Amino acid sequence: MTVRVGVVVFPGSNRDRDALHALELAGAEPVSLWHESADLQGVAAIVLPGGFAYGDYLRAGAIARFSPAMRAVSAFAAAGGLVLGICNGFQVLAEAGLVPGALLRNRSLRFVCRQVTIAPERLDTPFTHLIGERRPLRMPVAHGEGCYYADEATLDALERDGQVLFRYVDDDGRPALDPDDPANPNGSLRGIAGVMNAAGNVAGLMPHPETAVEPLLGSDDGLLIIRSLVESAAGRPVAGRKLEAGAR
Amino acid sequence: MTTAVLPLHRQLGITDDELDAIRDRLGREPNDLELAMFSVMWSEHCSYKSSKPLLRTLPTAGEGVVAGPGENAGVISIGDGLAVAFKIESHNHPSAVEPYQGAATGVGGILRDIFTMGARPIAVLDALRFGDPADPRTRHLVHGVVAGVGGYGNCVGVPTVGGELVFDPSYQGNPLVNVMAIGLLPEDRLTLAHAPGPGNLVVLFGSTTGRDGIGGASVLASATFADDDPSKRPSVQVGDPFAEKLLIEASLELIEARLIEGLQDLGAAGITCATSETADRAGTGIVIDLDAVPRREPGMEPFEVMISESQERMLAIVRPERYPAVEAVCRRWGLPVAIIGRVTDDGQITVVEGGLDQDGRPRPGARVLARIPARALTSDAIVHHRLAAPPARRRPAPAPGVPAEPAELLPERGMDPGAVLLALLGSANLSSRRWVYEQYDSNVGANTVVGPGDGAAVLRIRGTTKGLVATTDANHGVGLLDPWLGAALSVAEAARNVSITGARPLGVTNCLNFGDPTRPEAFWQLSEAVRGLGDACRALGLPVTGGNVSLYNESPSGAIAPTPEIGIVGLLEDVTRRVGPAFVADGDVVVLVGEATPGLAGSEYAALAGVAAEDGPPVLDLAREVALQRFIREAIERGLVESAQDVSGGGLAVALAEGAIWGGRGARLRVGVRWAPAVELFGESPSRLVVTCRPRHVPAFLLLARQFGLPAEELGTVGGERLVIELTGEGATGAAEARGSRVADALDVPVAELRHAWEHGLVRALGEDA
Repeated sequence: MTVRVGVVVFPGSNRDRDALHALELAGAEPVSLWHESADLQGVAAIVLPGGFAYGDYLRAGAIARFSPAMRAVSAFAAAGGLVLGICNGFQVLAEAGLVPGALLRNRSLRFVCRQVTIAPERLDTPFTHLIGERRPLRMPVAHGEGCYYADEATLDALERDGQVLFRYVDDDGRPALDPDDPANPNGSLRGIAGVMNAAGNVAGLMPHPETAVEPLLGSDDGLLIIRSLVESAAGRPVAGRKLEAGAR
Repeated sequence: MTTAVLPLHRQLGITDDELDAIRDRLGREPNDLELAMFSVMWSEHCSYKSSKPLLRTLPTAGEGVVAGPGENAGVISIGDGLAVAFKIESHNHPSAVEPYQGAATGVGGILRDIFTMGARPIAVLDALRFGDPADPRTRHLVHGVVAGVGGYGNCVGVPTVGGELVFDPSYQGNPLVNVMAIGLLPEDRLTLAHAPGPGNLVVLFGSTTGRDGIGGASVLASATFADDDPSKRPSVQVGDPFAEKLLIEASLELIEARLIEGLQDLGAAGITCATSETADRAGTGIVIDLDAVPRREPGMEPFEVMISESQERMLAIVRPERYPAVEAVCRRWGLPVAIIGRVTDDGQITVVEGGLDQDGRPRPGARVLARIPARALTSDAIVHHRLAAPPARRRPAPAPGVPAEPAELLPERGMDPGAVLLALLGSANLSSRRWVYEQYDSNVGANTVVGPGDGAAVLRIRGTTKGLVATTDANHGVGLLDPWLGAALSVAEAARNVSITGARPLGVTNCLNFGDPTRPEAFWQLSEAVRGLGDACRALGLPVTGGNVSLYNESPSGAIAPTPEIGIVGLLEDVTRRVGPAFVADGDVVVLVGEATPGLAGSEYAALAGVAAEDGPPVLDLAREVALQRFIREAIERGLVESAQDVSGGGLAVALAEGAIWGGRGARLRVGVRWAPAVELFGESPSRLVVTCRPRHVPAFLLLARQFGLPAEELGTVGGERLVIELTGEGATGAAEARGSRVADALDVPVAELRHAWEHGLVRALGEDA
């Protein structure tokens, strides 16, 4: 049986269709989840897609965290469900406190869209286990607020606890730890491109694995991340229908 | 006239003879509201009153054309039950006054033209033109416009995949912001902007109506102005890309569910334009219930409601029984929706204050504020036959063939070709546009195969093997000298850029940016350009499916160079077989197809080095151009081509350098000089290609060229880390030495140095740090 993976669609999401497409390529049955509903329709994992949820008014991700769907996603995550936030989805997760840190405006103060290279710090997570070895992965970034920030103590703790999931690296695979490194597209502290929560079931990253899923589009490295998620989800309990009671 | 107060019609930009024409059509005096409605609908922007007689001469029929000029966008069938919708439009004056919002709403407006047809927008290209990049005001405009295009396009989730950024002194007081959008639709979803069926509901959904953009069409778009006039800012609309994103999804959902009979976006002239155009197309009328229009602010005058250009609004024609379903879709997307009128059978646009009854008739006590035949506002608007006169100081057209001693005309004394090449690659117009396009999301949608940066954009069409190729081009340099040639060259180059990927150009959209049409010289430029556009399109077999005309592009510093911006979309049958411009492999053979002809005027070389007063622009042989494009498509189809680049801005040397920079490998080449080194290396005479082939394919490639009647010569091979071009032949060293021009006989530059110049040129020109 194919595993059902949900993509939450907020008003203003614009890579929701790309995420659905990537999940389908990865062998999942993609399910579109509307932001006004707390019914997660029995999915085994959830993707929060890129875009500008609710127009990103106030602050990226700041309004989306209060949606009925996000309340359900928080409960799903608390119960151990797999959640992957990409770009704006990462911003929503950070705003909701489901992953540590914050995403600030890019150091250049400009939107940046380009191919970047990232490398996994962990190969034993539900989001990375199919990558196989620590190697550079090519995929695009496209964001105005992707500069990863946390205070020094938090950063140290993240490193210590293995919660740093991806870092930006240069063409030779060296981490772009310096915010001013040309391989670091947004000035992220310690070159951090993606992080996990302490329990290891919720992850967020700024680059777009869901756009790098076919060689025709320049890279299919992102498919390794999406397939890792789908494969990991296969053995997991699905979102409980009981949450429907809380739906509007 | 001695009084200081002008009569209302003149304040609104209506001339005395236009007022007479309005009286003729109404059979009475117009009231103030009617006059306001006429003033926006008879503006140049909405009525095409000066350009209509010219535009009628353009070829519009072609293979697969489903919708042509007159609809919101051109639509061409591409097989598999799919069609592509595309159009280019200007937002020049709003961007000059308020660059961020002007550019942003330019993107919003053209996207609405696309999804109004039932197509999902899949790509945007932006063609931008400014004055001196060192000027602080230019930099302010560049920053604002680029941020505006990005701010809107990125949020709405449509990738910006290409375009242009050009600097020329003529745009100093009047920048050009032209935006092209492309959409994809199942053919059976084609939706037309008409209002059929008397009794049907007229439904407005999307944003509320406010006081922004009052008179944008007439005040801004259809008059010359002093730059940066703050009093015009209220006429610039304010965009909300988040609302547009919702509008796209809601509109496509309404179309998919077949809930609407017709759909029109609200752009220039707002409700007045949307109602009169849809009614006129269907031969019906519309009665408008003014009180029902959802408003942003209280106390709005009727004329403000009728002509407001508030953004992100759509007008739908809905059967009464389907309205509940329409309302539900709009509510789901959080969009205000209201019934603002009824379709009638009287052919009139009637504005009522005080409400309509169940049957769409004015309630007792309601007042009719305006009543105008829909035709009078649209298809029967006034047409002006303007005077055209070539400028007295115009150069004589270059005689067919050649000036007697072209080499004598060249400012090439002491020229070092390597230094000139580096200067061209690092110039504001030819250097990398990365600083701009990295601010645009170019891959949202997961369809971008080739984004901005090197050559035409390529998008795959999901669910098929096909791809779409898109480009914009305009040759302003030659256009200033010869508007016929400038327009024809623009079409030829845009089509060539599509053909060299292996794609078949499908059709043309155009944005004609010109000066004040009441000046005979400016109108002559427009007439000549339209003639050139038509001639080139007929030769290449391309239908013109739509576009827009932007006149009055003048400022106190003068008129812009005539700028016919051409957008072309092409179809690749197999997107995996596309060919790019970058050199692919060491050992490949570099072949030049076509041959240089003299004439450096209007080129980037001329802008850099100056040009002799007697020199003219290069000639264009349309038959040669047609053969060249058919040839390269055929050669690619047969698998003979590794890379292909056309010779355009900066000439052959720049085309070769680009192949080297983008391919990360050099080449060792010999170029025969027939005329003079500057003509061969940097001249921009058209109908030439730089192609690389595997050695084993060269004989077949050359044979095919001969069969198409095209000259083709091997220049050398790809490889190494330097671009080396030796000049040979009579026109080169010996002759040059004899003339005492002391031109170096070779160009030899490391590719890394070429790349450095190319990568840093724009940021240096704009004074940016990175």
